[in-house]
Amino acid sequence: MAEGGMSLPVIRQFGETTRRDSWWLQPVVVFLGFSAFIVYATWAAFQAKYYTYGPYLSPFYSPELFGPSEHSWFGPQPSWWPGWLPFSPAFFILWAPGGFRFTCYYYRGAYYKAFWADPPACAVGEPRKSYWGERGFPLVFQNVHRFFLYVALLFLVLLAHDVYKALWFKDEATGVVSFGVGVGTLVLAVNVVLLSGYAMGCHSLRHLVGGGLDQLAGRPARRRAYDCVSCLNRGHMLWAWCSLLGVAFSDLYVRLCAMGVWSDWRII
Amino acid sequence: MATLEMAPPAEKTASTSKTATLRIWRGDVNGGKFADYVTPVSEGMVVLDAVHRVQAEQANDLAVRWNCKAGKCGSCSAEINGKPSLMCMTQLSHLPLEQPVILEPMRAFPSIKDLVTDVSWNFKVKKRIKPFQPRPPDAPDGTWRMSQGDVDRVQEFRKCIECFLCQDVCHILRDHQMHDEFIGPRFLVHVAGLEMHPLDTADRLKELKEAHGVGLCNITKCCTKVCPEHIKITDNAIIPLKERVVDEFYDPVLRVLRVLGLRGKS
Repeated sequence: MAEGGMSLPVIRQFGETTRRDSWWLQPVVVFLGFSAFIVYATWAAFQAKYYTYGPYLSPFYSPELFGPSEHSWFGPQPSWWPGWLPFSPAFFILWAPGGFRFTCYYYRGAYYKAFWADPPACAVGEPRKSYWGERGFPLVFQNVHRFFLYVALLFLVLLAHDVYKALWFKDEATGVVSFGVGVGTLVLAVNVVLLSGYAMGCHSLRHLVGGGLDQLAGRPARRRAYDCVSCLNRGHMLWAWCSLLGVAFSDLYVRLCAMGVWSDWRII
Repeated sequence: MATLEMAPPAEKTASTSKTATLRIWRGDVNGGKFADYVTPVSEGMVVLDAVHRVQAEQANDLAVRWNCKAGKCGSCSAEINGKPSLMCMTQLSHLPLEQPVILEPMRAFPSIKDLVTDVSWNFKVKKRIKPFQPRPPDAPDGTWRMSQGDVDRVQEFRKCIECFLCQDVCHILRDHQMHDEFIGPRFLVHVAGLEMHPLDTADRLKELKEAHGVGLCNITKCCTKVCPEHIKITDNAIIPLKERVVDEFYDPVLRVLRVLGLRGKS
């Protein structure tokens, strides 16, 4: 019973609706898409091998803080790493993009529906009577999204640097490093573009650059930044999906090249 | 003239002889049931036309609220085949007429009769929102100066026709009936229009977090999908308000800056 003793209609049961369209299709696609990515990313993170090929470094492993490859910043597996715990360079960094996507406003709305049926789809009955939303534990922690954004922006710089490094190929016979462009270079470059389109259209960034102000008049740089972020934000869902596929494909490309399944084609 | 006496084209004859079955909820606050009405349909008819035809020819006591028939008054809100929609803006030709068209009143509000619901709760909610408080006038003649760019952002929110379809589809009101704790997307849009107004000086963030329940919204975007005015309710109103609440209550860095006097109150 709500305010003023209103007699509201009886609450519908789980899945009950008079919608005639295929309302279940979108949550099912989202569920399968996200699940496939989570399974693949987890599997790839635990592999701890086949993540580099020549100058290419898989984005699941970048930056490689500790690891055996020549891309490693601080050397091989640290001695303090517990022996009983599997080691992978990906474990040090995947929390950041994972957290950014998990707390993203688009993903939140999508996985609340697809994984938690809250609601299963618009105007379709829910499985639970109780509801807390994002104002109490644990979902109040979704408000940390802006801090994951700051880290994600740093990652964009690092991944762009990986693309630069992917332009320099070492001749294994002579040791000479020369400029070149391979298909892998383009794959990594497209990945950075897609990730940038996603991160730069973030709702928190939109707020940060100008949305939090009531007046942008007299602040031309912030006005321009707000307009640009708003422009990307309008396609945030599309960027989110394309960048998700892009980052998984980038890892797959480097992995299959490293395994010898695919050959990297040098364009230049 | 022979040419004026020609029979109508075959396809026109066919379209005027089409029928639709309207399965309309008949009842009141004590309950009710669906009743089927078969009615002829012609090209260009909207659902409200068909309901009026049923009302005129078959069910004179059928209650339906309407006014402008142009998608601007927000009176004829209902659920058409399960989707909150304006009856006057839903073309019959866009619906699968081989099946009955299901017409129900909005489920987030108490039923009065048939397709009419009691939406007065919304008007009580609006009174709870802190009103517009402009800064002192900019000019001696009592007028203000604003940049068009700053006004454009809040202008979108002024398009709202108060059809309450967004309130109806919001699962917090519809399925969880949390009318006491959540003001709903319509009024979050209203608050956004005030809170982001370049002249407004009032602070509504505490109310937004507590009495208005902005944290209850879990961003399903259902409100945006049903808005007949295509207001980007979630992206342009609710999420920016959530971010302002984060600034004020959940961002420890900003809190430290405020304590140190390096940043003013949001």
